[in-house]
Amino acid sequence: MSREAYQVPSLGGGNTFTNDNAGAGSMDGPIVAYLCGECNSRVSLKRGDQIRCKECGHRVLYKERTKRMVQFEAR
Amino acid sequence: MAPLVPSHEVLENRRIVNINPETVSNIPSTDFPGHWPGESHEWSLEKFRNGFQVEFHQNKQFDASFSLIGLDAAIANAFRRIVMAEVPSLAIETVYIHNNTSVIQDEVLAQRLGLIPFKGSVDGLNWMRWHTKSSDDDPSSGSSLSDYNTVVLRLDVECTKNPNASPDEEDPRKLYKNAHVYAKDIVFHPVGRQEEYFSGEGTFQPVNPDILIAKLRPGQKIEMEMHCFKGIGADHAKFSPVATATYRLMPDIKILRPIIGEDAKKFAKCFPKGVIALEPITTEEAAQSNTEYHGHAGELKAVVRDPFNDTVSRECLRHEEFQGKVRLGRLRDHFIFNIESTGQYNSDHLFLESVKVLKLKCARWKRGLTDLMR
Repeated sequence: MSREAYQVPSLGGGNTFTNDNAGAGSMDGPIVAYLCGECNSRVSLKRGDQIRCKECGHRVLYKERTKRMVQFEAR
Repeated sequence: MAPLVPSHEVLENRRIVNINPETVSNIPSTDFPGHWPGESHEWSLEKFRNGFQVEFHQNKQFDASFSLIGLDAAIANAFRRIVMAEVPSLAIETVYIHNNTSVIQDEVLAQRLGLIPFKGSVDGLNWMRWHTKSSDDDPSSGSSLSDYNTVVLRLDVECTKNPNASPDEEDPRKLYKNAHVYAKDIVFHPVGRQEEYFSGEGTFQPVNPDILIAKLRPGQKIEMEMHCFKGIGADHAKFSPVATATYRLMPDIKILRPIIGEDAKKFAKCFPKGVIALEPITTEEAAQSNTEYHGHAGELKAVVRDPFNDTVSRECLRHEEFQGKVRLGRLRDHFIFNIESTGQYNSDHLFLESVKVLKLKCARWKRGLTDLMR
């Protein structure tokens, strides 16, 4: 259910590469929060930012889990 | 012409399923009309009532063992199958996961939760009604969620560091708070009349509070809601109210010719402890010249003390010295039931539930027959 409902955030306009999502300027793109793979701190990144944790400099970042409710059958 | 009545000895012989070295013979029951020429074998309630017996060997909450004597395998097997597959109980059916950042995946976690056995008051369980699922092509079908068909549970745990832990502590359960999520962390949220049906002792709770559901580390979190429905084991094993429900036939050992002295000791070793006893041969027995006991006064002979505990391993049939001296068998109409409840019902109560279900099924069948006649 969750996978099908997911929408790529940058699909706002007809062009995939224009980033005019709400809340951010068209040049900067949306601010997305990530989790550092090393120290687990929250890292907010915009388009074009260097993929790097601001706390420890680790280069592996993870996306946060969806905030949506997910339903499963206990079978 | 009056029906033939077979002698008691013949009837006792017909009761026994023979266990031979390589085969099993005389298996099917023959006490039905038309099998033995001239004999009646007509079924009557009176006859059944006189021949039927129940004996309890053990009756604990999670383990009951009892014998049903004097009924057909078909009926005994029906009870066994009904206990496993058709006595209802409540289990988690749908899981709504709001957040799960633990290492265990959502679907695996949901499946684990489904298999946790729950218990609540039997009154409450009987009051609960079935929940029918909506079909794929008509989402509006199926029953709506109500207090009489859905039990709501919640599980909200977050793991945090324990500030009071000593610095060289290595046990994660002491180092962190909520490092292990157990079944007892599941919280029952009564809705409507569930408050009165599942109260006090009979509150809806996991049978075993220490079932490990997941392990967490600081910052990880599980947050979800679960719906329990009433169901039967035929639908999914999680609804089955028994761990095991089995029966075996009563073993029967017949010593045809005396087994004496060293042979007797060896014979006793062929069986589990307590099945065969050794008794000294009395002087009266030894005095009779026509028996094999003659002249063996004071020596030990093997006697069958307690065939109940025998495993019918057939070990004694392998030895040359016992050839023709012993006959193994099982009593066809003596069923030793063993029922282990998962906790919703007491084990002896479970069997009565199966009788209730069979009665209901028979009533439905009878209704169907009368409808057919109209």
